[in-house]
Amino acid sequence: MATFIEIKGAVKSFGTVQALRGVDLSVRKGEVVLIIGPSGSGKSTLLRSVNRLERLDSGSISIDGESVTEDKADIRHIREEVGMVFQSFNLFPHLSVQENITLAPTFVLRKSKDEAIEIARRLLRKVGLSDKETAWPEQLSGGQQQRVAIARALAMNPKVMLFDEPTSALDPEMIKEVLDVMTDLAREGMTMLVVSHEMGFARAAAHRIIFMDAGQIVEEAPPELFFTSPREERTRRFLEHIL
Amino acid sequence: MAKASSESGRVGKAEHRTTINVTDGTLIPLKDEGGGLSAWNISFFGAIGLLVLLPILSPDPYLRILAFVPDGLVATFTVTIVSIVFALIIGLFAGLGRISHNTLINRISTVYVEIIRGIPLLVQLFYIYYALGPLLKMQGPPAAILAMSICYGAYMAEIFRAGIQAIPKGQMEAALALGMSRSMAMRRIIIPQTVRIILPPIGNEFIALLKDSSLVSILAVSDLLRRGREYASTSFRYFESYTVIALIYLVMTLFFSRLVAYMEERLRHRGNVH
Repeated sequence: MATFIEIKGAVKSFGTVQALRGVDLSVRKGEVVLIIGPSGSGKSTLLRSVNRLERLDSGSISIDGESVTEDKADIRHIREEVGMVFQSFNLFPHLSVQENITLAPTFVLRKSKDEAIEIARRLLRKVGLSDKETAWPEQLSGGQQQRVAIARALAMNPKVMLFDEPTSALDPEMIKEVLDVMTDLAREGMTMLVVSHEMGFARAAAHRIIFMDAGQIVEEAPPELFFTSPREERTRRFLEHIL
Repeated sequence: MAKASSESGRVGKAEHRTTINVTDGTLIPLKDEGGGLSAWNISFFGAIGLLVLLPILSPDPYLRILAFVPDGLVATFTVTIVSIVFALIIGLFAGLGRISHNTLINRISTVYVEIIRGIPLLVQLFYIYYALGPLLKMQGPPAAILAMSICYGAYMAEIFRAGIQAIPKGQMEAALALGMSRSMAMRRIIIPQTVRIILPPIGNEFIALLKDSSLVSILAVSDLLRRGREYASTSFRYFESYTVIALIYLVMTLFFSRLVAYMEERLRHRGNVH
C-alpha cells in the first residue's frame, strides 16, 4: 500500500534540548502506528509536528502527498483533515458538548447548522454519549470528556487521527471506554498515529510499534514481535519497566 | 490615585476555573465578611443614612446642595461610561498587541502601556487639554474623555493580556488542530473564555475610573466634584458641600463594588454565560 504520512529527517530543538534528531517514518493508509518511549524521547513532539503544532527545524513531513512543513503549505486545510486528541482533552469549557462538536464543521467547513447537529448526534452515538448532548464539559468524567474530544475531531471527517497520550490523564476505570472507541476506529480503517503506553491497545489494534528514545527511533516492529523478541537492548530495558 | 492594577494581578487556578486575583486595593467586598455589621454595610448604609438625615435635620444648606449637584452626577457618569467603553476597545486591541507575535505590533502596544502607566492621570489630562489644546482644539468634556480612555486603555490592555494568557494553551491548540485560523480561535474560543475571568477586574477598573473622573473637574467639566466646588465657592459652605460630595461618591463606589462582587459570585457558580 502507498505511503500516506511521510516523515523525513525530522529535527527539532527546544533551546538546547534536542527533541528530534533525524526521524524517518512512513505510515500507510489505514495503518495504526503506536509510538512508545520514555518521557522526553520526542514522541509527542513528533506527533505534534504532523499537524504543525510544532514546526520542525529541518526535515519534511507530507500527508497524502501534500507538504505540511513547507512555508507555503495550506496548513489550515491540512489540519481540517488531521484530527487530534490531546492528553488533557482540551474541550471548550464555554460550549456545550454538542457545540464543541458542531463548532468546527459549522465555521471551518461551512456546513449548515442542521447538518452539523446531525453529525454531532451520529458521533455522540458512536462514542456512546448520546445522552450528553446538552451537558457542559465540566459535568463529564474524564473518560467521557475524552470521548467527546474524539467525536469533536471525527466531526471534521479527518483522513488521519493523532492521539497524544489520550489515556494518560484518566483514572484506570475510564481508560477502557476510551480505548474501546479507539479500537473501533482502528477496525474501521482509520489511519492512526498514537502516542501511548497502553499495551492492551497495542496488541488489539496496532499494526506497528515504534520505540523512540532520545529523539530517535530505536526500533520498530509489529506488536507480537515487538513484545516477545525486541532486538535492541534499550527496548528490552524499557519494556521491563512498563510490562 | 489608587489603581486596581492588573500587572500585580496573579493568575491562578481555583476550582477548575481560572481566575485573576487583582491584589491591591480590594474594593470588592468578600462574602461572609461580618454579616450585618460588615464594613460594606456600615459604610454604605451609614452614607445613605447621612444623605437622608442631614437634609432633614438641616435643609439649609444640605437640601440645597443635593438639589444643586445632580447635573454634575450626569456629567460624571457620562465621562465614566463613555471613557470605559473606549478604554475597553483600546484595551482589547492593545492587549492583543501585547501578546502578538508580530514584533512591531507587540512593541508599539507595550510602549503605549509603559508610557501611559508611567504618567499620572492628572498630568495626562493637563497634557491633552492644555499642552495639546492648541493642536486638538477640544472642549473640556471630549478632552477629558480622550485622556481617560487612553489612560485606562493601558490598564485594560494589561487585564486583557493577563486574561488571555490565563486560558490554557491547549485551548488554542485544540482550535488550531480543528482547522481554525488564529483569529477565529481568538474570537470563538479564547475571548469568550477570557471575558468571564476579566469581568471582575474590569468592574474594578470601572469603579476606579468613576473615582478618577473627579479629576476632570479641573478641565472645565461640570462633574459632581465641580458642582460641589461651585456651590461651596458661592455659599462659602465648604464643609457641608464637600461632605455631601464625598458621601455621594462613597455610595456610588460601594454600590458598584457590591455589584461586581455579585457578578463575580455568579460567574463562579454557573460559569456558562449564555
